[in-house]
Amino acid sequence: MSIIVDKLNYIYSPGTAYQKHALKDINLEITEGEFIGLIGHTGSGKSTFIQHLNGLIRGTSGSIYFNGQNIYDAGYNMKGLRSKVGLVFQYPEHQLFETNVFKDVCFGPSNQGLEALQVELRAYEALKMVGIDNSLLDASPFELSGGQKRRVAIAGVLAMKPEVLILDEPTAGLDPKGRDEILEQIAKLHKENKLTIILVSHSMEDVAKYVDRLIVMNRGEVAFNDTPRKVFAHYKELEKIGLAAPQVTYVMNELRMHGLPVSIEATTIEEAKEEILRVMKH
Amino acid sequence: MGIIKAKNLLFEYIRRDEDGNVESINRAIDDVTLDVKKGDFVAVLGHNGSGKSTLAKHINALLVPTEGTLWFKDMNTTEEDNLWLIRQSAGMVFQNPDNQIVASVVEEDVAFGPENLGVPTKDIWTRVEESLNAVGMMEYRGHSPNKLSGGQKQRIAIAGIMAMKPECIVLDEPTAMLDPNGRKEVIRTVKELNKNEKVTVILITHYMEEVIYADKVYVMDDGKVVMEGSPREIFSNVEELKKYRLDVPQVTELAYELKKSGLAIPDGILTTHEFVDAIQKLRQQSW
Amino acid sequence: MIRDITIGQYYPVDSLLHRLDPRVKLIGTILYIISLFAFSNYYGYIIAAAFLFTVIKISKVPLKFILKGLKAVIVLFIFTATFNLFLTPGKIIYELGFIKITIEGIITAVLMTIRLTFLILGSSLMTFTTTPNNLTDGLESLMKPLNKIKVPVHEISMMMSIALRFIPILMEETDKIMKAQMARGADFETGGLVKRAKSLIPLLVPLFVSAFRRANDLAMAMEARCYRGGEGRTKMKPLKYKGRDLAAFLVLVLYITVLVVINRV
Repeated sequence: MSIIVDKLNYIYSPGTAYQKHALKDINLEITEGEFIGLIGHTGSGKSTFIQHLNGLIRGTSGSIYFNGQNIYDAGYNMKGLRSKVGLVFQYPEHQLFETNVFKDVCFGPSNQGLEALQVELRAYEALKMVGIDNSLLDASPFELSGGQKRRVAIAGVLAMKPEVLILDEPTAGLDPKGRDEILEQIAKLHKENKLTIILVSHSMEDVAKYVDRLIVMNRGEVAFNDTPRKVFAHYKELEKIGLAAPQVTYVMNELRMHGLPVSIEATTIEEAKEEILRVMKH
Repeated sequence: MGIIKAKNLLFEYIRRDEDGNVESINRAIDDVTLDVKKGDFVAVLGHNGSGKSTLAKHINALLVPTEGTLWFKDMNTTEEDNLWLIRQSAGMVFQNPDNQIVASVVEEDVAFGPENLGVPTKDIWTRVEESLNAVGMMEYRGHSPNKLSGGQKQRIAIAGIMAMKPECIVLDEPTAMLDPNGRKEVIRTVKELNKNEKVTVILITHYMEEVIYADKVYVMDDGKVVMEGSPREIFSNVEELKKYRLDVPQVTELAYELKKSGLAIPDGILTTHEFVDAIQKLRQQSW
Repeated sequence: MIRDITIGQYYPVDSLLHRLDPRVKLIGTILYIISLFAFSNYYGYIIAAAFLFTVIKISKVPLKFILKGLKAVIVLFIFTATFNLFLTPGKIIYELGFIKITIEGIITAVLMTIRLTFLILGSSLMTFTTTPNNLTDGLESLMKPLNKIKVPVHEISMMMSIALRFIPILMEETDKIMKAQMARGADFETGGLVKRAKSLIPLLVPLFVSAFRRANDLAMAMEARCYRGGEGRTKMKPLKYKGRDLAAFLVLVLYITVLVVINRV
């Protein structure tokens, strides 16, 4: 699996008063098994961008290659692409509609034209992957708690067996524990099911802990594309585009400015703790 | 006596089937007693489903207790006659910014409250202008709310409450649906109103960074108040907070972890500044 | 596609017509529509056209933009024209089986289309020049007498303005849910009528759930802001007739008088 985005541009409502250049010359490469964080403030183009990856929005110019094939080629199987690139929207629980949890998760795979048995098998598996208990399969999706609803919605996409899973702010509105649980679940999908993950988030703290690579978008352009550590080193530039590094980055920088010889590379609490202990015990 | 006082408050959501028989009872608030001083900035923390929003809706009589009593400015919220006096004086801002804006023009939405109160037209205009200035949204007065960011919409909602000249604002997870910038924007606005206009603030949230400036924090779990104190006192108990599905700011957690590893750092570090100070003191001692 | 429908949209420019009291525009539009069906000779058409195009000119709304709105109702035009064309008795000029076309039929079809065009242009001009809020205010004020026969005038206008506020939000939401279901392999575009109707369920159920949730939230927010019906309510922007409104009424009276006089010729 690989995705190559080549000079992608998207102009919203061209020729009208609402015209907006939402994506500008995006060049990116995403390889199999990566865990990518996509960050940018509201309106930076990140939500627009991910909808290009499964063909929901068509770029104005440029191309996207999925496994070497340009998805804008005539006759390209878009429906096939959508099942390989799974997209979980923001507040995905708002798309639940069936009478019970199990049926709702079956919606995706049955649209793929699979046999009934296959569909149910996949739904069952997907619900297990997100940690939904079997006792909930017959419950109405509208009666679940917020966190449970979100898991069911994610399972609805997982049941299509995508190779890439894109999640648009999967933790929005959840409480701290609910947030951690969802993120752990996603990390598990990456590790155990070998899914390539693109995690769209506002929270640097969340992203720093999990991702291998961080893509920062600003005004429709890619501003940074590197490991979290290297991106956070630019925390002053991040602030200029309405973002911020995790709090520990600031702590380490402050300590260093006050003469403590710590490395400023720590991005998680665990790393910061080790680094401070190392220096203090000297 | 404080502006808000609750005594043994209890609230049950009762679900009935078609014949009116009780199907299930869910106790959302369980024996809550509290006392809020006028002019304070009070935060109520709790995970989703802990009962904090239900408690918020009791303050302005959107809900009335199943048992126990809540007084707002010495008015019992169960007494029908007090209803509008309470609601005028205890304004409420909700979670979803879209679902609380009534009008299609910003200034007309801010006017909605005063219009309902029967304020004369001329005074409505002054109130609308004052409130929009107070939240820093004057330049958007003629805009459609649809074109604004989430944070801006919440500021409009706050202005709409301020225009009713309340003594207290209850904010029920006002930042849950916002991005980090929107969150900061709203919290800054609320803090300023508390300081400049002396409005009592009740902030319901599960974001820990938002409560470090509060005068007092209540933590709720399973309908009960399980912790209360200053932010520093609350954040000293990292383990207990985690038990209630909550979190602490990263710097607080880092300090706590270092302490566990043997560094003599004080409890309840709230800001980067405090943290750096504490570390420096430690170094001076060891020289 | 939904964006192409220009009927009912507000066109934000500043003109004399935009500044008129909404009640004047409402009454004017109603009178104009009645007048279209009141005259019976050709002079009437000329005067109605002259009046309409003068008002369009004053409104500063581009003619092209207004005409675009006609596209949405073209089916209605064809339907009425065909109806008149075939069903008007008179001197037959063409006959094929049971289909008969008469001279009278052609004339009525043409005249009817012109009348309908004027009607739609006239009423869309009102919505082009009046903000939705202003319009509901105007309606509320004009319908006030109906309060006496227990028509909940304030509630109706409040419902209208809330609907207007939430239409764009729900349209955006529809788009979002549609995309989310498409990401799960839903197909809204192919298949027969039954399949397409069925494919709407995953769109409509979440949309209704969301609309109910919003309605519930909004009701609570309104109550929290002391809303308790129209009684005792004041207004930030009460409607007040100004000099230009009286002048507009005079112009209307003049227009009607001329039509009545000409109709007697």
